[in-house]
Amino acid sequence: MSLDAATVRRVANLARLRLEETEVEKLQAELNGILGWIEQLQQVDTEGVEPMAGGAPVEVKLPWRADAVTDGAQAEKVLANAPDREGDYFGVPKVVE
Amino acid sequence: MTYTIEGETGPWEVVIGLEVHAQVTSHAKLFSGAATAFGAEPNSQVSFVDAGFPGMLPVINEACIAQAVRTGLGLNAEIHLWSRFDRKNYFYADLPQGYQISQYAHPIVGKGEVEVTLADGSTKIIGVTRLHLEQDAGKSLHDQHPTKSFIDLNRSGVALMEIVSEPDMRSPEEAGAYLAKLRQIMRYLGTCDGNMDEGSMRADVNVSVRKAGEGFRTRCEVKNVNSIRFVMQAVEAEARRQIEVWESGGTVEQETRLFDTARGVTRSMRSKEDAHDYRYFPDPDLPPLVLEQSWVEQLKASLPELPDQRRARYVAMGLSPYDAHVLTIERETATFFETVAKGRDAKVAANWVTGDFFAALNRLKRDISDPPVTAQHLGELLDLLADKTLSGALAKQVFEAMIETGQAPSVIVEERGLRQVTDTGAIEAAVDAIMAANADKVAEYRGGKEKLFGFFVGQTMKAMAGKGNPALVNEVLKAKLG
Repeated sequence: MSLDAATVRRVANLARLRLEETEVEKLQAELNGILGWIEQLQQVDTEGVEPMAGGAPVEVKLPWRADAVTDGAQAEKVLANAPDREGDYFGVPKVVE
Repeated sequence: MTYTIEGETGPWEVVIGLEVHAQVTSHAKLFSGAATAFGAEPNSQVSFVDAGFPGMLPVINEACIAQAVRTGLGLNAEIHLWSRFDRKNYFYADLPQGYQISQYAHPIVGKGEVEVTLADGSTKIIGVTRLHLEQDAGKSLHDQHPTKSFIDLNRSGVALMEIVSEPDMRSPEEAGAYLAKLRQIMRYLGTCDGNMDEGSMRADVNVSVRKAGEGFRTRCEVKNVNSIRFVMQAVEAEARRQIEVWESGGTVEQETRLFDTARGVTRSMRSKEDAHDYRYFPDPDLPPLVLEQSWVEQLKASLPELPDQRRARYVAMGLSPYDAHVLTIERETATFFETVAKGRDAKVAANWVTGDFFAALNRLKRDISDPPVTAQHLGELLDLLADKTLSGALAKQVFEAMIETGQAPSVIVEERGLRQVTDTGAIEAAVDAIMAANADKVAEYRGGKEKLFGFFVGQTMKAMAGKGNPALVNEVLKAKLG
């Protein structure tokens, strides 16, 4: 499996990354290298091994929290890093569908 | 009969599927301890998880899981004991994480079905494909500033259930009935408040059209429709648009559209297909969600009576299917009815609740949660009817007085002397007086003009200020007129 330059540009666009042409070539080579590793991994015999959903071992359970309000009420902290603040709102360039 | 829309080339069928987003009723959010209450100050109910701060980890709210399972059980659906959360990746100003945590490949609830009742009394089964849990996004305000949008993250991270239907609906009415039924079931279960004005329920409406006997043609998705009426309007508007496209030789392109409620038309929303490339992958922060069968059984055992069961019970009590349907639409109405009917004739109780009581609600623009007459008082009124203290006509009079004063019917009857007269002597005296005053009419009646009987009844009742027992008045008149 190999990625063409158009796919690299598309993936970059979806990730909101602006690439120079020279970078496309470089990333194409790097990504193809990664895909090569994955192909290699797929040769491992996983017969009888339970699939994992993430990096955690299968026996790790999802912890549950009780339905109680324990957080929030901190608008100042939430807004503290906002590049643009309008009252208690975040200000962003106008987005209208 | 199949619903069709008439085009230039003949009739077209409409195929509809709905994706309904229902806000889970819970105190805290799906993956954080921030509050979910509606109408709070902007950004006052936001944890660092909801704001997408680096390094923050989601921890799932057990109540939200339970609500999804309860809803699934209410939809007669399979509960999946193993489900998983995925990231749905896209960029939008109200999505601080840059992805929505959702369940893509392995939803918590699988196939189910709901039965809807249509206006002609027929019923139809609508298939449910799946229900999954996901996070809501924040809210954008576009009308506050000429060049900026304002973002409030209070809603960000609130738990939603997305309920996806099969493309089983064939008319705007069926789509409306399905949405109403989902709302009803969730309100009975207490899993979603169904408040569409506050955005607690929103629907994405998938519409396509076809000629009879065809397979499915390309569908379009009308996003974020927020009332049952608008869903019905959007279906028709979008179907008509597609018919026009096909009939003018064009091809309907699969796309996302918006319903313009003011103009009653749909318009294109996103042009780039890229926008739909969400690159789902399992959320590495969240191990799979595993449920114990015994826990699901506990939830099942604690479910309240659902609308269909309640309706069946009312029919078994002797109510008409229509009355049973009307009384069970809202859980509060059913509770009201049951208080009125308790220990009394259920049919009489149903007639009063769906008749005079509903009429009063409409007239006064009141809601069942704020009734003009309490269920206890209405029940007492029925007792006064049953023991013949009141005639039907007097009961209506007392009912109006109950609305005006809020007093118990017994108090009104005593204070206003509205007790029905069942004393035969008093009725005979009244009848005698009427006959004496109308000797000519008595002669005519006896001469064969029998329809004058009604005149005598009217005169007697009038003389007795409406309080004569109608049956006794009739009886006495028949005897005396001969």
